[in-house]
Amino acid sequence: MTNLYNIKLIVNGKEYERTVEPRLLLSDFIRHDLGLNGTHVGCEHGICGACTILFDGLAMRSCLMFAVQANGHEIKTVESLGTPNEMHPLQQAFHEKHALQCGYCTPGFLMSLIPFLENQSEPTDDQIREAIDGNICRCTGYQNIIDAVKLAAEKLVVG
Amino acid sequence: MKPTTFDYYVPTNVDEALTYLAELGNYGKVLAGGQSLIPAMNFRMSRPSALVDLNNIPELQYILPDGEGGLKIGTMTRDSVVEYDERVKKAFPLITEAMPYIAHAQIRNRGTFGGAIAHADPAGQLPAIVLTLNASMKINKKGQQRTVKADDFFFGAFSTALEPDEMLIEVLLPGLPEGSACSYQQLSRQRGGYAQAAAAVLVILGEDGLCKDVRLTLLSVADVPVLSKEAKKILVGQKPTQDAFNAVSEAASKSEIDPGSDVHATANYRRHLTKIMIVRSLNKAFSRAADARRQM
Amino acid sequence: MAGRVFGQPVLRNEDAWLLTGKAEFIDDINLPGMLHAAFYRSDYAHARIKNIDVSAALKRPGVIAVYTAADFSEYWKAGPLQVPPPTAIPDSIFHARTLIPIAKEKVRYSGEPLAVVVAESRYIAEDAFDDIVVDLEPLEAVIDLEKALEPGAPLVHDDLDSNLAAHVIQKHGNWDEAVAQADVVIKKKIVVDRCAGSAIENCGILVDWNDRKREMTIWATTQAPIPYRNSIASRLGLFEDRVQVITPFIGGGFGPKIMNSLPHDVLIPIIAMKLKRPIKWIEDRRENFLSTTSERNQLHYAEIAAKKDGTVLGIKDIFYHNTGAYDPYAMTVPLNTQTHTISNYNIPNYYTEINMVFTNEMVVTPVRGAGRPFGIFVMERMMDFLACELGIDPADIREHNLVNRHQYPVRTGIIGQDFVENVLDSGDFPKALAKVRELIDYDKFVKEEQPRLRSQGKHKGIGIVCFTEGTAVGPYEGARITVGANGKVNVATGISTQGQGHFTVLAQIAAEQLGVEVKDVNVITGDTAQFHWGAGTFASRGATVAGTAVYKAAIKIRSKAISLGSKFLSVPEDQVELKDGRVFVKGEPEKSISLGDIALKANPIRGTFPEGVEPGLEATDYYGPPYGATGAGSVAMIVDVDPETMAVKIERFVITHDAGTLINPMLVEGQIIGGVSMGIGNSFFEKLVYDDNGQLLTASFMDYLLPQATDMPPKIELGHIESPSPLNPLGIKGVGEAGAIPTPACFVQAVENALAECHLQINETPLSPSRLWELVQESMK
Repeated sequence: MTNLYNIKLIVNGKEYERTVEPRLLLSDFIRHDLGLNGTHVGCEHGICGACTILFDGLAMRSCLMFAVQANGHEIKTVESLGTPNEMHPLQQAFHEKHALQCGYCTPGFLMSLIPFLENQSEPTDDQIREAIDGNICRCTGYQNIIDAVKLAAEKLVVG
Repeated sequence: MKPTTFDYYVPTNVDEALTYLAELGNYGKVLAGGQSLIPAMNFRMSRPSALVDLNNIPELQYILPDGEGGLKIGTMTRDSVVEYDERVKKAFPLITEAMPYIAHAQIRNRGTFGGAIAHADPAGQLPAIVLTLNASMKINKKGQQRTVKADDFFFGAFSTALEPDEMLIEVLLPGLPEGSACSYQQLSRQRGGYAQAAAAVLVILGEDGLCKDVRLTLLSVADVPVLSKEAKKILVGQKPTQDAFNAVSEAASKSEIDPGSDVHATANYRRHLTKIMIVRSLNKAFSRAADARRQM
Repeated sequence: MAGRVFGQPVLRNEDAWLLTGKAEFIDDINLPGMLHAAFYRSDYAHARIKNIDVSAALKRPGVIAVYTAADFSEYWKAGPLQVPPPTAIPDSIFHARTLIPIAKEKVRYSGEPLAVVVAESRYIAEDAFDDIVVDLEPLEAVIDLEKALEPGAPLVHDDLDSNLAAHVIQKHGNWDEAVAQADVVIKKKIVVDRCAGSAIENCGILVDWNDRKREMTIWATTQAPIPYRNSIASRLGLFEDRVQVITPFIGGGFGPKIMNSLPHDVLIPIIAMKLKRPIKWIEDRRENFLSTTSERNQLHYAEIAAKKDGTVLGIKDIFYHNTGAYDPYAMTVPLNTQTHTISNYNIPNYYTEINMVFTNEMVVTPVRGAGRPFGIFVMERMMDFLACELGIDPADIREHNLVNRHQYPVRTGIIGQDFVENVLDSGDFPKALAKVRELIDYDKFVKEEQPRLRSQGKHKGIGIVCFTEGTAVGPYEGARITVGANGKVNVATGISTQGQGHFTVLAQIAAEQLGVEVKDVNVITGDTAQFHWGAGTFASRGATVAGTAVYKAAIKIRSKAISLGSKFLSVPEDQVELKDGRVFVKGEPEKSISLGDIALKANPIRGTFPEGVEPGLEATDYYGPPYGATGAGSVAMIVDVDPETMAVKIERFVITHDAGTLINPMLVEGQIIGGVSMGIGNSFFEKLVYDDNGQLLTASFMDYLLPQATDMPPKIELGHIESPSPLNPLGIKGVGEAGAIPTPACFVQAVENALAECHLQINETPLSPSRLWELVQESMK
């Protein structure tokens, strides 16, 4: 018999109110309770980074938090960045530089990069590698992702 | 890999948290950043019956001067906040130097300074850092408070002086004396990965060019961070020379550490790496101390 | 042969959906009434099952059912082989012991399921594991490949006399003659260990059984939806058309997702039928390491016979191959090893012997490279040992022995994974090697830079290797192209997609022929209701084999369009042309009809319809090559080794690759770079480690290390060579596995070269700083 908790949180600018079991992982909550499937689960031990979201503006692993802990907080997922017809410049840059293949790790990379790009206008290759080091990609070998981030940085400056 | 069920308590102040801990005793476990605890729970290696979540206690997140050149860091202060804090960088560059080695930014955004110390992973950086810096841990339980020095805080792998009804409130870092310098050296398989060997050292160089004190801590080579007695024996009162550093590395690696073998490295290799870390960290620290002296 | 869109770096059709999180992966699909399955797995690798008591689990609230072997009665049986046995090879011995759905009587690998729990959530299903009581009698585990074949060794399969799963000898020429003529014969024991596929998305399946219609819909992360559909239909006693297998977007395949006879493949469908509710199973990461297939170790006793001038006269290779507890994939992996050992070189005498061994480890099936990396590693190491012995430069000795471009097709005399003789169809190996040599400034490095760096105490080394990659094997694939009334084009084919860009490259092929925009071609892969003939995505064959089928179908559409178009325009056929999606009267561009309108007019809903004509504008065609197309290339790298810590940094990485005609150069490069990152992982980071009791010690990302962005060289430099394959009209070859195949061999050579003063003769892969340090310590004794 477990207690259930009421939580209220803002996800992608919209307010949600739900009742959850304390052990429900935030990643499962986002995906299954809220139906926001863009956040993916790869390992559930915090290393692959596929589940990365923004929690109060900071990149964090949603598999290493419980949904109850998001009560009163603000979350952004990949769905907040853009739509197929109107992609975020970072998404557009990934597209132009072939920075994704299977696309499963991609939302995690995007969410890790959004705060990074807010603070970097001309990142070097090394800075980008360090910024994405907490996200694992099995398909691309990272090279095109780095090119995409450089292109995105340019796009974001131009506006 | 889903966690088992637990009773969940989310206090909004320290007193409430301590009340829960007192009631729960052995059944309660503190949830700080969760970056070590939650993976263990997802693997079902850790199955706490109850969690007391400290993330809603703003009064535990602070970095304050102690008035004597040191800092007091609240236990729930996020690693990334500590990492970029200017006062930390000025007073304790050792911490600033070590922080980027702790996993990745996404983990440090949630992980806490106190959490890592209370968790006492033998491969953890922060326990070794606070031991090197001669920190004191402010520990509270319902109606009581005590202070335990870092020297006396780490008992074994994942085991500290904390009783089940106690909570780490604050880490007191005493100001470093004149002539101090530090260095953190780590080797891991990958950037952000567990240390295969690492050394955190604080040296105090006297005006006479002799070593006044040295606190050399090795991590990942025993159940607890190891504060090297050999380093003190060999260096204090002596000129810091390359030969002396080599002597420390030989002595320490022979008698003070007990690294294990695992899938990543053999014990012999770890021992070998530790020697390198000792020499590199002593070199760097004394060189920094000498530079600081010259600029005075 | 680049055209308007064919051969161009067209941006991908599928990107926008993936980038915005809208693409549907298996765990995104939910059905009303859905339940969740979890597998209760054995910790022991080898044990006799005395008893399993699930009664307490059944009482847990939220648990709907718990099944053990006893609950499946006749349904419980070992599956068919997924790949036929090597009967094409004379005197081959093969014991088929295919995967069983769930352990019965005996457990043969750690992770083998003992029970399946079905519950309202995965959380509850895992809770129920605590309720299950098992009584297992542990048995000694079979791990070491040679000890496994000693008399008296414990048996993985009690009904066999030994743990020998298969024995295959292949040869051409005469090895003893080679030895007799040789100036030097070198013998080496070489140990090659490989890797897990470790896609970022784990496996998953969702089965919906509609009891009223007697129809089953399966969503699965499979690389081979059609064989899976056929095999499960057969198991369930259903007609194939009553089972639909759909692949959603799949987060990486890399080989292991080809399996269709793993416990979840076989049991989730029957459970869905029993419970009459949709059943979902999503693998977790620990399970992926433990109980999804991977590639592991081979032990080689290799010999090379050569003349003083470096001419190789022969290779002999007796090797042991670990197939794990079962062998459902027959001999694909070790046969690839046999065919790819000598495939770069003119080696007149070759003797190769496979001893395939059952062990109490998880089953081995192809992972990117699929056995080829073993062969390449052995050959390239033997070349290096020979070069060292004779004092010849490693690049020179390779050049001396390479097959040259006038020799094609090269009949190797060795039967491959497709059961026909391995034939090298085309290529220019010397050019690939020369290009890499030039791109990395090999001679300058060896003669000038390295001596200078050495004098400064730096340990930089260079490696250079050659490799081939048999790709695009049969049997066949097919495609159906349909032009819609709106002028947009549908292409349906039977392969499935795990990120390779099929939705774009196959569209490019069709778009080029039909003169439409690539974005107006909708490609459907991996849905058996849309297309139900084909074998699947493996062996770097998707774009080539399915692509050629698309091409052939597109040619048929062109022909139909011209025929119908000219009729609708009332001019003879030779007076029209097809361009930009329209059929024009030559010289009178205003007289034209669009493909969409042709499709519409060719499908009247009233009136009469001519004899001998098919309605609409649609065509289906198939393509099956006589043998695979030969991809090949060379790799060179420069590494910097820290002599204190044995940390290795790859400073430069150059690869030339021949994938024939390129459909989309941007995607080809992506495949190569991705393969290289896996190759780097295989060289220095990844290792599946089983202890002597068969326990997997590396069942999480904390222990199994995947390369991160900072582990890669600053830039992977690519050089292309194009030798169009004569086997298909477009001249294309596969490329998916290229980067993974040669990298470990090159890495080891470069590291050895960097530590030249240690005179290491590294005969193993993968390495690590610790292992390298131990090897150096040993060499100093």
